Amino acid sequence: MKTAFRDLAAGGASADASEGARVPVSFEGRALLLRAGANLAAELLVAGVMPFRHTPVSGAPRGPFCMMGACYDCLVRIGGVTQQACMIEVAGGMEIAMPPAGPADGGTDD
Amino acid sequence: MTEADLIVLGAGPAGMAAACQAAGAGLSVLVLDEQPRAGGQIYRDVARAAALRGRILGSDYTGGQALVAALDHPLIAHLPGAVAWRVDPDGTVAFSRAGVAGMARGRRLLVATGALERPMPVPGWTLPGVMTAGAAQILLKASGVVAGDAVLAGSGPLLYLVAAQMVRAGTPPRALVETQGTTDLLAAARHLPGALAGWRMLAKGGALLRELAGAGVPRFRGASAIAVEGADHATAITFDCGGTRHRIPCSTVLLHHGVVPNTQVTRSLALAHDWDAAQRAFRPVRDGWGRTSLSTVFVAGDGAGIGGAGVAALSGRLAALAIAHDLGRICAGDRDLAARPLRVRRALDLAARPFLDRAFPPFRGALAPDDATIICRCEEVTAGDIRRHAALGTLGPNQAKAFSRAGMGPCQGRFCAASVAEILAALQGTSPGRIGTHRVRAPLKPVTLAEIAALADDLPGPGPGAS
Ligand code: FES
Repeated sequence: MKTAFRDLAAGGASADASEGARVPVSFEGRALLLRAGANLAAELLVAGVMPFRHTPVSGAPRGPFCMMGACYDCLVRIGGVTQQACMIEVAGGMEIAMPPAGPADGGTDD
Repeated sequence: MTEADLIVLGAGPAGMAAACQAAGAGLSVLVLDEQPRAGGQIYRDVARAAALRGRILGSDYTGGQALVAALDHPLIAHLPGAVAWRVDPDGTVAFSRAGVAGMARGRRLLVATGALERPMPVPGWTLPGVMTAGAAQILLKASGVVAGDAVLAGSGPLLYLVAAQMVRAGTPPRALVETQGTTDLLAAARHLPGALAGWRMLAKGGALLRELAGAGVPRFRGASAIAVEGADHATAITFDCGGTRHRIPCSTVLLHHGVVPNTQVTRSLALAHDWDAAQRAFRPVRDGWGRTSLSTVFVAGDGAGIGGAGVAALSGRLAALAIAHDLGRICAGDRDLAARPLRVRRALDLAARPFLDRAFPPFRGALAPDDATIICRCEEVTAGDIRRHAALGTLGPNQAKAFSRAGMGPCQGRFCAASVAEILAALQGTSPGRIGTHRVRAPLKPVTLAEIAALADDLPGPGPGAS
């Protein structure tokens, strides 16, 4: 997937050890290597993931808009919980999916 | 239940400075912050990122390191990643941290929840690839990620700063599309402050513009009819400027036309708010110390009215002094003596505000969007929906919310309340201040039933927003 978002560290200008080694995660079954401890929404953008979800009302595609936890357009589903990707840090083994159509509840629905 | 003399909501400049000042006076302080690291949005992740990206982000950003370091105080407990979802007038705060609910009570409460981007509803603003300019800056600060192939659109000095940072990062924006015109600048010139702070600010702005010109970033001024094109993703921005329609292909559009106080918590507490006509936003009513209409609750920082990081830290310290006096830790004489230099500096820092507010007004087209433009991103309600409900007799924002669902989604109106108030005000030929804004009720952020149930015994009955 092509992406407009560039990770400065990847350019070699400032190798960024503090943001962790790359760990495997998946988005909708696609395998990705993201920096552990880094902001999940930012890492997904750099990896070319878009959209993050579709709206429950019209099914329109959406991706991160505010990056500060206010707009809820970055919602993803991890371990059965719908949550804001921009408020989460990457951890190895995360299985990330688009949230099902339906209102965001911040929680499990089973 | 954790008890503290003072609970601070938010670890931006206002919250951090207040916590340090209060702890210095011997108060126990609990700082609850949504982000994983202290700094707020302005100093986001500064402790980690300053060394890595300080050159790109500039000294106004790296200066935040001192405030973050000062949080390391034996009387300050800083809980990062804590999302407050209910705040009660008695100082009780319910919050979630990594899915686990917690509860705390403070004898005093300081709301330092900062600002939100003013919603900028233009056609196509919900498309993937469209973000706020603030979001681009957060990506750069917290993650070292820069948005390429981008156009910045709107008004305000933040656009210049973000554009300059993108230039320094080696990824200049394709263009800067500004909605304010030369008439705004001329009108604003009357407000040019004599104070040195004002001139310093102007000099900084001039330096940023020279940086952009040097990098060859095209600037369009007085743009109108802005729209984002694209089916599944932004592909271009279009706008009118100088009598012609322009189209610039791009995959990222960064919108910004000012920030407004984040009043979710203060409104959920049903505190008094008033309309700031110069900044075109609601803000909590407060005195010179930041004390709100509820005497045990204070506000400081941009959440009390937009003033920027310097003003925020000073206001945080002033609130802490008043709180320390309330709780008998300092006498009135010491409080006033310590406050005097803070007030002088705050007045200097605020000297440039009237100029900025006038020179960079909100984009008219986004205050009165076309009928087809979505204003509520969550529930996909259009400006036309609101106007139709208004024609049927909907008068206030609470009714507009009930009928149209605008403001009922997870963002709780953070990105539509201002637009609804503007649209209703325009229809009624009055000011948004007379229209008011819809009530905010707990939970302030989506929370699971399990989290609420876990706290059921501690919660003191229905919150102030419930009725
Ligand atoms: S991008 Fe707005 S909440 Fe995550």
